[in-house]
Amino acid sequence: MESRTLRDQIAAMRQSFFDEGILDSQFTQLEQLEDRDNPNFVEEVLTLYFRDSANLLATVEQTMETEPTDVAKVDRILHQLKGSSASIGANKVRNEVIKTRELWQQGNQEGAKAAFLELRQEHGTFKAKLEPYFQQLRQAGPVQAAMRPQGQQGGH
Amino acid sequence: MTVERAISDPRDQFPVGMRVLAVDDDPTCLLLLETLLRRCQYHVTTTNQAITALKMLRENKNQFDLVISDVHMPDMDGFKLLELVGLEMDLPVIMLSANGDPKLVMKGITHGACDYLLKPVRIEELQNIWQHVVRRKKFDKKDMNNSGSQDKAHNDSGEAAGMGNVDQNGKLNKKRRDQNDDEDEERDENDDPSTQKKPRVVWSVELHRKFVAAVNQLGIDKAVPKKILELMNVEKLTRENVASHLQKYRLYLKRISCQANQQANMAAALGSADPSYLRIASFNGLGNFHTLAGSDQLQNTAFRSFPPSGVLGRLNTPAGLGLRGLPSAGMIPLSHAQNSGITGHDQSKLQSVVIPGNHNANILQGMPMSLELDQIQDRKIVTHIGQLPTTDNIPAFPVSGSLIDSRITGCSDNNPLLGGTSNSLMLEASSQKASLHPRNLRDSVSTMSFPNGSTLSDFTSIATTSNQLRESKSDLRCQAAPTSCNAGQIIRSAPQEWNAPRKDAPYNSNVMSCSINSSVSVNGAMVPMAQSLDHNNSMFHRNMDADAFGPSSFDTLYMKHSEGENSAMEPSVIQREGYLLVQPRPQRTYVSDNIGSLEDLASAMIKQDQDKGRDGDYGCNGYSLRTCI
Repeated sequence: MESRTLRDQIAAMRQSFFDEGILDSQFTQLEQLEDRDNPNFVEEVLTLYFRDSANLLATVEQTMETEPTDVAKVDRILHQLKGSSASIGANKVRNEVIKTRELWQQGNQEGAKAAFLELRQEHGTFKAKLEPYFQQLRQAGPVQAAMRPQGQQGGH
Repeated sequence: MTVERAISDPRDQFPVGMRVLAVDDDPTCLLLLETLLRRCQYHVTTTNQAITALKMLRENKNQFDLVISDVHMPDMDGFKLLELVGLEMDLPVIMLSANGDPKLVMKGITHGACDYLLKPVRIEELQNIWQHVVRRKKFDKKDMNNSGSQDKAHNDSGEAAGMGNVDQNGKLNKKRRDQNDDEDEERDENDDPSTQKKPRVVWSVELHRKFVAAVNQLGIDKAVPKKILELMNVEKLTRENVASHLQKYRLYLKRISCQANQQANMAAALGSADPSYLRIASFNGLGNFHTLAGSDQLQNTAFRSFPPSGVLGRLNTPAGLGLRGLPSAGMIPLSHAQNSGITGHDQSKLQSVVIPGNHNANILQGMPMSLELDQIQDRKIVTHIGQLPTTDNIPAFPVSGSLIDSRITGCSDNNPLLGGTSNSLMLEASSQKASLHPRNLRDSVSTMSFPNGSTLSDFTSIATTSNQLRESKSDLRCQAAPTSCNAGQIIRSAPQEWNAPRKDAPYNSNVMSCSINSSVSVNGAMVPMAQSLDHNNSMFHRNMDADAFGPSSFDTLYMKHSEGENSAMEPSVIQREGYLLVQPRPQRTYVSDNIGSLEDLASAMIKQDQDKGRDGDYGCNGYSLRTCI
């Protein structure tokens, strides 16, 4: 019913993420870590990620623009971003990070900056897609309690 | 296996409930890691700061069974944490990183990590980590049997600060234990034919101070156990005790010197040849190398400008380094030094290059060194150094220097030096400065990017070494430890080998190790070498064992140290290396005699100074390095 339709929708959404390469199997691992004791784990992690990565991206941008540029710092941050993106399964974002980092390491600052813009964009897209996904998930409620009305619409 | 759990909690359901400390500065990863670990039914404590982790560990050594730590952290380098934990607490540490670069992995290994996991980490990988705890306990037990004191395992003497912190002899034992089954060897190491178990000596701060004072008095190059013993005038202290302690110390110094070298170089360049090397710890970022490499000159200059006893000298002098480093563990906790012995083990092999007498940066420069080198000609290693300008040698040097730094594992910083870019550095070294900058070498080594072109080719061999180290037993020799490392470091870099070594991939690694240690040693500062070697050793140690490094306990220590130091070649390690290298051990397995060899190396190193000839022995003959490798 409504739940089911919603769930189908959610499932389709989720599948599209994988198909598009936005998410990879690591995300599945996260999902598997969810259980009764830890029902919203995935959302928690993603929320943490969004917040943290937003800060990191801002720092990178800022550092890139500062003169003299702290090359090592940017590299470090990008490395961290790479790790966290990979850990949650944000496939495309991770790839963009890698690309940006490579250019940066090669000394191609301009190229890296351009790549960084793409990274930012990809990150934004990622967030824009995942957030409604979680919203819907909340709406649908936990699978076991599918019958239980979840209530609030967008609870996040 | 958990029969004798060092940990007090009885964990009947082990691995369920295994207490893990997870450290990662990235909150997302930390949360994920924590959840994964919980899913494996471990008991998890997390922190996003390495310093906090260390504090927690120190507070109660028995609080945790295992530590998992990220490699790149803002407040402290993961390798350093690894080293410290290994040294002080003797806990298994698993490294975690998004970077799977083999060099980094190698570095982790040389620093003593039980395992190296790649992010994103999967639960399957975590489900098996308990094996490391079990394994260690097993070894510890072995050690305990040897030493007969159960507490060793817990020696909490975590005093990282000094090797001597051991308030209980256990500590020393612990370190030994770390060496993984080298316990037995330890005893055997005491280069004393009588391998009977001797009562463990606890190197208290006081004792260590005396030791360092004695060493400084004698001069790091001339410090032989017997004399040290005499000067120290401590009852019940045997020459063997001193010898093994000296080994570690050298490695530690080497490590520091490498770092210091870099710093020194920098400092020297700046005219402050002060124990800036102490700051070497921060060298990790040798990125300077890069600059150094690039500027090469900087290093060289640093070297050059150093008065023979300058930075290099300073660095080399155990007193300088050691003292500072030791008690203050400024850079590298001395404890590491002790431990580093292990790693240095291999390194020492490499190190033998300790360029005797070339304290001056000359080595790098190849100038003054050349004089010395000439003498060493034989040594190859040394010769290389001196010859730096010569194509042959130079490659060797730079490598050494860099190697040391880069520890092959590509120093945390990955100083570009070694890396491709630096290759030129190294080469430069050849031309001018044997810019062995230890760092560079290391980096180079680690980065391996060495430009195989030009002289670097030799270098490259080195650079690529990390992997190669293993193989390059012989290659190491070439590492005419570039003076980069505190001149003291005798970089094994067997110059001779250089030319040829390349061929052996393994060599490279050796080179690395050697160089690292010797990075400075070329100068003859044996110590530095040790350090570099240390690194190398650590690296090698791990790797090398296969090669011939001989699992001297030292190495193990070394490895542990190495980590901490990161490129810093742990002095102790270096010592090892120094030893190893010095000894012209034709056999690849120089490590085998661990202590013995180290001592030999050390003496060799010292001798080097005096009679370069020694070098000939160990170093350059290609084999000399081999030990390193």
